[in-house]
Amino acid sequence: MAGQEQQQPQSRDTEVDEDVPAAPPAPADAQASAATQGVDDLLDEIDGVLESNAEEFVRAFVQKGGQ
Amino acid sequence: MTAVVPGKPADTAGGLPVGGAMRVMGSETEYGIHAPSAPGANATMMSARVIQAYAQVTRQRAAGGAETRWDYTDEEPLHDARGWTLERSSADPEQLTDQPPVLDAEAIALAYGRQELEADGEDESGTLLMNMVLGNGARLYVDHAHPEYSSPEVTNPRAAVTWDAAGDLVALAAVRRLAADPELPPINLYKNNTDNKSVSYGSHENYLMPRSVPFGEIVRGLTPFFVTRQIICGAGRVGLGQDSARAGYQISQRADFFETEVGLETTIRRPIINTRDEPHATADKYRRLHVIIGDANLSQASNFLKFGTTAMVLSLIEAGLAPRIEVHEPVAALQAVSHDTSLTGLLRLGDGRRISALDLQWIYFEAASKHAQDTGVADAVDGDGHTHEVLERWSATLSELGGDRAAAASSVEWLAKLSLLEGYRQRDGLGWDNARLGLVDLQWADIRPEKGLYYRLLARDRMRRIVDDAAIARAVTEPPSDTRAYFRGRCVSRFGADLAGASWDSVIFDVPGRGRLQRVPTREPLRGTEALTGGLFARHREAGTFLAELLGLSPGS
Repeated sequence: MAGQEQQQPQSRDTEVDEDVPAAPPAPADAQASAATQGVDDLLDEIDGVLESNAEEFVRAFVQKGGQ
Repeated sequence: MTAVVPGKPADTAGGLPVGGAMRVMGSETEYGIHAPSAPGANATMMSARVIQAYAQVTRQRAAGGAETRWDYTDEEPLHDARGWTLERSSADPEQLTDQPPVLDAEAIALAYGRQELEADGEDESGTLLMNMVLGNGARLYVDHAHPEYSSPEVTNPRAAVTWDAAGDLVALAAVRRLAADPELPPINLYKNNTDNKSVSYGSHENYLMPRSVPFGEIVRGLTPFFVTRQIICGAGRVGLGQDSARAGYQISQRADFFETEVGLETTIRRPIINTRDEPHATADKYRRLHVIIGDANLSQASNFLKFGTTAMVLSLIEAGLAPRIEVHEPVAALQAVSHDTSLTGLLRLGDGRRISALDLQWIYFEAASKHAQDTGVADAVDGDGHTHEVLERWSATLSELGGDRAAAASSVEWLAKLSLLEGYRQRDGLGWDNARLGLVDLQWADIRPEKGLYYRLLARDRMRRIVDDAAIARAVTEPPSDTRAYFRGRCVSRFGADLAGASWDSVIFDVPGRGRLQRVPTREPLRGTEALTGGLFARHREAGTFLAELLGLSPGS
């Protein structure tokens, strides 16, 4: 909900904010790019936790039979 | 032998509302096990170390030792639901699950008493502890070459998700314990079902059913459902074929390992419908339907639907209202569905019609929904409290799968994993045969929150929660209140030091001052509840007086 996150919180104890317009909903392409940014952030994070040497790690994961 | 756990006589539904998603059920998870720094380590020995490590954790938690040995006397793995018993001599050795894998610790306990077993879980021959009953009513043990957690019996899909996820925390606690031991290599556990090198290990579901339902009706009603159920609860897999010889992505971890439609085996020639008839309950009244076709789920929403929809389809079958559909060549269809991530392929039915997996699921949904409305259990206010939610999630998920797949990716596990893999493919231009994608698939299922990729998505609120973290954490130590698991779990937590063993349908006491072991049968799954036995536990702090009241004996007799 990128559009919602950009809205200004309504303040109850001051009137000053009244003139500040709520941010308009993000246009579709901006939402798409925000989603892409989210995926990029996620992939960056996962790069940091993935085991090193993928090929060797995957090859060494050998299980005996189960049910 | 002398008494059963008190309770009112139960019919086969046991007083649970019929027609919807409530019934006695439970899960079994065999974890993939790997010690990266000790690649040649014996898998059975490593699995025993996991059990041992958890025994150390529980001993710290409870001074009395919240661990109890398993009692094998009611295991009947060779009984076939179709009405015969396989001869031991013709059984595959892996089917003989009624024998302890090593030394018969239970037999020793029954013959001599607990003093023959050292308190640290290792007996004089140096055999490692292979089997535990936990304070939450679950069983934790070595099954073949994997550690397995079998959840306590629960009565609804939400509780099934809760106590299944609690098993992942049990496994995590063992992994942490081992990682902190400088003498032992760290062990990783994975909640998945294949090593992608031709080996699969199971994640099973169990559902209690009245024995009066003909088994043929179960096979007819369930097979089309099981062929297509994976689209809502498959866990996703990189690689096609048992040994991943072909590159690609598929919906199910397990589909390529199924070779027949109906059968007794679980480790070879795996059948879509498993006929193991081991009710762990009053045998003339119940059967325990042993479902072996599911994937292990980390996604709570997929797991919830796996149990909830299956329980509802069983209610349809019991009422004689299952859709009259026959899928042509179900094993091939199962694999075709798994390999069709676009969900556009059509299945051929016995009458020649062709239908998509999604539409076949909608047919089951409509039938289950109508039956649940007719019986009143689906009402949001006056229903059974579970069926309404299952139907809502089921229809929302099928709708999303038909249109908004991005929305479905926050609940359907194979789609969540696929969206992550597609992110890597697009960013780094990786083909499906790239080892990095294989690693993402494997590490998706690492049960450590800092390493497991499912847990990374969960932390970012990209995965839907069905139960909150606090409820799962409680379920690590607390049994469900509404089944016999309550009695078993409370006995283990309260009187662990005075127990010689326990199983699904018994708890064996070895109380000092009593000459022989006292076996308390618990053959009715819906007795031994908190409502029926909570007062007994409240009145007694000592096993001797507890047992005396339970068995109607005078103390010390």
